[in-house]
Amino acid sequence: MRSKTKNKDRMLIDRVKMPELAAVIRVKHQDREVNMGLELAQAQAEATRCMDCSNPTCIEGCPVSINIPKFIKYIEKGDILMAASTLKETNALPAVCGRVCPLEKQCESRCFYVDKLNKPSVAIGHLERFAADFERNSGASNIADTASPNGIKVATVGSGPAALSFAGDMVKYGYDVTVFEALHEIGGVLKYGIPEFRLPNSVVDFELENLRKMGVKFETNYIVGRTSSFDDLREEGYKGFFIASGAGLPRFMEIPGENFNGILSSNEYLTRVNLMGAATDEKDTPVLRGKNVAVIGGGNTAMDSVRTALRLGAQRAIIVYRRSEAEMPARVEEVKHAKEEGVEFMTLCNPLEYFADAKGRVSGMRLNRMGLGEPDASGRRRPMPIEGSEFELDVDLVVVAVGVSPNPLVPSCLPDLKVTKWGTIIVDEDKMQSSISEMFAGGDIVRGGATVILAMGDGRRAAENMHHYLQNKSIN
Amino acid sequence: MNKIVEKEYFSDKVVRLVVENPMIAKSRKPGNFVILRVGEDGERFPLTIAGADPVRGTITLVVQIMGVSSSKLVALEVGDSITDLVGPLGKPTHISNIGTVLAAGGGVGVAPLLPIVEAFKKAGNKVITVIAARNKDLIILEDEIRKWSDEVIVMTDDGSYGRQGLVTAGMEEIIQREKVDECIVIGPAVMMKFASLLTKKYNIPTQASLNSIMVDGTGMCGACRVTVGGKTKFTCVDGPEFDAHQVDFDEMLMRLGGYIQEEKRATEIYSQKL
Repeated sequence: MRSKTKNKDRMLIDRVKMPELAAVIRVKHQDREVNMGLELAQAQAEATRCMDCSNPTCIEGCPVSINIPKFIKYIEKGDILMAASTLKETNALPAVCGRVCPLEKQCESRCFYVDKLNKPSVAIGHLERFAADFERNSGASNIADTASPNGIKVATVGSGPAALSFAGDMVKYGYDVTVFEALHEIGGVLKYGIPEFRLPNSVVDFELENLRKMGVKFETNYIVGRTSSFDDLREEGYKGFFIASGAGLPRFMEIPGENFNGILSSNEYLTRVNLMGAATDEKDTPVLRGKNVAVIGGGNTAMDSVRTALRLGAQRAIIVYRRSEAEMPARVEEVKHAKEEGVEFMTLCNPLEYFADAKGRVSGMRLNRMGLGEPDASGRRRPMPIEGSEFELDVDLVVVAVGVSPNPLVPSCLPDLKVTKWGTIIVDEDKMQSSISEMFAGGDIVRGGATVILAMGDGRRAAENMHHYLQNKSIN
Repeated sequence: MNKIVEKEYFSDKVVRLVVENPMIAKSRKPGNFVILRVGEDGERFPLTIAGADPVRGTITLVVQIMGVSSSKLVALEVGDSITDLVGPLGKPTHISNIGTVLAAGGGVGVAPLLPIVEAFKKAGNKVITVIAARNKDLIILEDEIRKWSDEVIVMTDDGSYGRQGLVTAGMEEIIQREKVDECIVIGPAVMMKFASLLTKKYNIPTQASLNSIMVDGTGMCGACRVTVGGKTKFTCVDGPEFDAHQVDFDEMLMRLGGYIQEEKRATEIYSQKL
């Protein structure tokens, strides 16, 4: 493919613009994706930009080491199904990653165009999504090969991206894999956390169906450690456990008035809307709606929450963030989409207190303005309150999206499991193995609130190492 | 799984269901609850487990018809399955041989009180139970409570059964008569608030089982948060039982009203559909 087009011609092509649903339309719909996907011609033109470098630095930027030039060149050639297969070699959920990865910090930041030419990177994420969507829509059944079953049972605790990626690899190695999920739906944060307008649940369900076809078993409404104990599962023959129960414990700011009605954690808000369908009348679960909505936080969850509030009828949807926009951890694309949709950004502001009406429903908040001082432990400049800068804001709904902590359920059932003071499970970073030898862990339960792709990388590493551990054990 | 094997109406508003779920029947302890969903459009809601038979593989739930979800549950018949059921959730009741235990149940709260009364009795305590409701129809499980209590006082607001008066009147009579070492109260939030204020006067350690609004029930969302001793706790993972004297009941009552408009509207639409 390299000789087909000269590199200097490749470099003349402009980076493709992803067609986006107009902001005025999309704010009326919770379930319409913003990015509409590339057409074949667009994808092939973009794929032509990739120069198939002899030393592909893009791969180094990918937490699961997707062979990026390989899949892109298949797209250029027109063999999209092979591109999808290539993705599946290392990534169990390519349609997911192509939509939610913070590419600007990962593969795309290491692209030759960015590194050496100071030009926009190859649109790796858009191409990944294109190939995955093409395969899904083609009806072609592309189930990866699995080794012959070895009869060894392994379990995951949780069904989010770390667990799904682990399950996909373990079933390929020949293991008998069961994914145990506490909720009534599979997918973890992919289903309850990320809204339909970013990641449709139908896309997630398609990937889950592929895992089922490969032989992965799923159990919902099952809390490992409560519904039955780890000892019960050991007695049933499970030889290895991958704990991926996530960081689903909401954090609040503990400021006065935070327990008034109408102040929700982002977990609660997004779970009601994304998992329980609360925005539609057919579903029984309600969600509180507000005209003046403040979302506290600056990450992807805050963006998801504030954009959901707009779609649910907010007249003002405001991000309140204590640092400046440059420090916001959210994906660049989400901030851009939020601004187009009319989200207001009150940066360098911090909530102090909430007020309520006679019935206890939030009616306003008091904030102060912040300045940025020296960097703190995270490396970002520390926000410091500016004296005398307090002001008030009318709000009737507040979503607190200031971060999440590891869910304590599983660690509380395993007193021998070593955890940090924040509740994250301590693992050997290369092997993902915990202090209990047959238990591995990954994803947010190890990292605190992080990303889908990092969780998937953990799942892959844990699978590889648990496989070695179990093989060694059965030999000895 | 989750099939209804028995259904009994205690009154036209209160129903006992026995549900097949061998794993929960085996792992559950008194004080635990479950989260259920009826139908694919249903919401997740909690019910305390009123009893379990590990041999038969069943759990007992008692539900009072309040709005849409409880109505949908009660509309199920023997042989139907509950769409989703998960548990056991929450911390189990702390049972010890402490001496004399005063148990107080209001309305449908007597159902989750029953296994706790049984456990305290089996642990060697003297158990005095006050059960109360608005009227005779709403008094439930009296015989079962009597089986595990040394003494039972029945109170109804309107005097249609037992003695006339609030649960607190029955409780105070016992407290003034003899030494009570521990108290457990389960019932409507306002009942628990006043029962707690009563026992606080007499310095009797009291546990209340809170019935906060929940969504996931596994500690994930914070909808069920309450203030206990000035700190925020989650009813679903830190509770459902807490030191009643530390609970901010006024805040809890306020939070229970958080969806009143949505609940009313939903109930109206549901009744029109029927």
